[in-house]
Amino acid sequence: MALLEVDDLSVTFARRGQRTVHAVDGVSFSVDAGEVVGLVGESGCGKSVTSLAIMGLLPKQPGLRVGGKAVFDGTDLLQLDDRSRRDIRGRDIAMIFQDPLSSLNPVIPIGLQVTEVLTRHRGMKGEAAAKEAAELLDRVGIPDPRRRLKEYPHQLSGGMRQRALIAMAVACRPRLLIADEPTTALDVTIQAQILELLKELVRDSGTALVMITHDLGVVAGMCDTINVLYAGRVVETARRRPLFAAPRHPYTVGLLGSIPRLDSGRGERLTPIPGSVRDLLPWPDGCAFAPRCTRRVDDCVGAPPELVLAHDDRSYRCVNPAPVPGREPDSAFAPQTGAVAAGASDAAAPAEAASREEESA
Amino acid sequence: MTGSENLVEVRDLKVHFPIKRGVVFDKVVGHVKAVDGVDLSIPRGRTYGLVGESGCGKSTLGRALLQLTPPTGGEVRFDGVDLTRLSAGRLRSMRRRMQMIFQDPMSSLDPRQNVESILTEGLQAHGIGGSRDERRRIIGETLDAVGLPRWALSRYPHEFSGGQRQRIGIARALVLGPELIVADEPVSALDVSIQAQVVNLLDELQERLGLTYLVIAHDLAVVRHISDVVGVMYLGALVEEASGDQLYREPMHPYTRALMSAVPVPDPDVEDQRERILLSGDLPSPANPPSGCRFHTRCPWAQPTRCADERPVLRQIGGSKVACHFAERIASGELRPHRVTAEVVRPADEGDAPGVVSAPSEPGSYV
Repeated sequence: MALLEVDDLSVTFARRGQRTVHAVDGVSFSVDAGEVVGLVGESGCGKSVTSLAIMGLLPKQPGLRVGGKAVFDGTDLLQLDDRSRRDIRGRDIAMIFQDPLSSLNPVIPIGLQVTEVLTRHRGMKGEAAAKEAAELLDRVGIPDPRRRLKEYPHQLSGGMRQRALIAMAVACRPRLLIADEPTTALDVTIQAQILELLKELVRDSGTALVMITHDLGVVAGMCDTINVLYAGRVVETARRRPLFAAPRHPYTVGLLGSIPRLDSGRGERLTPIPGSVRDLLPWPDGCAFAPRCTRRVDDCVGAPPELVLAHDDRSYRCVNPAPVPGREPDSAFAPQTGAVAAGASDAAAPAEAASREEESA
Repeated sequence: MTGSENLVEVRDLKVHFPIKRGVVFDKVVGHVKAVDGVDLSIPRGRTYGLVGESGCGKSTLGRALLQLTPPTGGEVRFDGVDLTRLSAGRLRSMRRRMQMIFQDPMSSLDPRQNVESILTEGLQAHGIGGSRDERRRIIGETLDAVGLPRWALSRYPHEFSGGQRQRIGIARALVLGPELIVADEPVSALDVSIQAQVVNLLDELQERLGLTYLVIAHDLAVVRHISDVVGVMYLGALVEEASGDQLYREPMHPYTRALMSAVPVPDPDVEDQRERILLSGDLPSPANPPSGCRFHTRCPWAQPTRCADERPVLRQIGGSKVACHFAERIASGELRPHRVTAEVVRPADEGDAPGVVSAPSEPGSYV
């Protein structure tokens, strides 16, 4: 039984006189205890809205509709009332945001913000809470924690603020931590520090981590399972190594092909994805990625592609997936509408055996 | 034309911003040394990549090179002419030959100007293209070069996506037929799939038009991809300069090593095996930089002698130029890295801290 099971989650924003926006459109994924799961995608793919919906942090406004299920340890988070949700939030599930300055209260000392969590969920008070808070800051690598407790967020650097935020998030030893672009606002050397810290915390406490990012490099070093999102749907799910060795969905292939890599030489041409995120087809009319896809066939338009379940826990939403390297390429016109048929044809391919060159194929 | 091999020669360039404090009368209480003694040359038709973390002075260097921010000292020679001594009028006519591409295409394009007007403005200012038809022709060719359709001319910036806006920014720079283009973070505001389009476009334009680039970016992978020579900056000075391949194969300066090992690579095999050098602490305040080697407070290889009191100069070692006293001994493995305890760094440093640091980051802001 998974720790968090998100099933067919959908979030729509409706506004009078405007087209309804399907920010998240039937996203399903699961997180096991102690597992690191990545949600990857470009801006507007719905990765942040997914996490906010799970946490119940979407602004309550008319026109907002959240559907589906997000079952955490047996309880559906989406059905909870605010009160019981507040009990879970911070204690069992915690979240780290992208911009530490805007998620910390600028007029309250760091210490008070950390002890607030301890008081609310662990009933600690006074000196005991302060001592625990100092230990937490020490644990996340903030030097001279006793003094830091009395300081305000503006007195800390960006990296230190992010550390303070992580300290608050792990204060109650949550079982699930959701990190929404935790390092995007930071410099690379600070990013490396924070990622290392997150890895340590996950390893030592057995906390499950949902890592939301646009950076495939970050994901490659951290996540056990990766979900690639496009236009509000998960288009490919795979374990880390198979995904990078042999991406199946053309969008994943395109993403990997368009990143300049530190270990590739000068002048090696990148293969960008043509068009922009704006050129998309609404899912009911076919595959949203079809207008930008290089492997487009006639079947792509008309109905949304079914989720194809392949071997070794991987699945993708594509009727004409990229071939697994080292194998005869699938016929471009092979009818693959049925999930079972395509899944069976995949079963023979050992994805790990794929060589590096094919990554950009 | 002097026919020299280098289009741009920068010697001992310095840009210091005064820190002012006071209630009625501003008093200068110190300086932020954003750029503090940089030498670099860019050969014709090549790309020089400048990397560094935020606050290292890379953007200021780019702006000072084009005289958008007046340098405090040093000289910038463009095709043999020292730009720092030119009169405003002469400088203006030189500007046609050196253009800039900015990071955020939305804030560097006037939302009330349509694309045609954006592109015509520069032509008119420099008196290029006698007639309207002539200008139309030049603009049309530029649009083709950057891959924008002709109907774009009558549209406004908000009607385009981020990648297309950046193409407009590139077209604006290109329309004057410049020789040098300074690109300040040209792709960092774009989505990954769009970044590649713009990077490829810059590459193509260079091949076709023989442009010289100075590319400024924080993303080492992007810089390595498009640059012939890469310069690494730390707190206002170059710490290492080498060809992209050399830098990747054999980073000499401890900071470069740490930077290299911190960049995530989208490949699980590489990620699991690489050796990581984690730097402790943050970038020190440029208003109050450490003495001696500016990196010594965070350097895992720092030695008790020389590092804290003698500022290393950039010197040639093998195929690279490195500013480190002990580069050879670190490369040979004679010196081993040690643990560094993090020092607390204030966003606005305590004590003799800047009240207001007026470093320009927005295009069009002058100090």
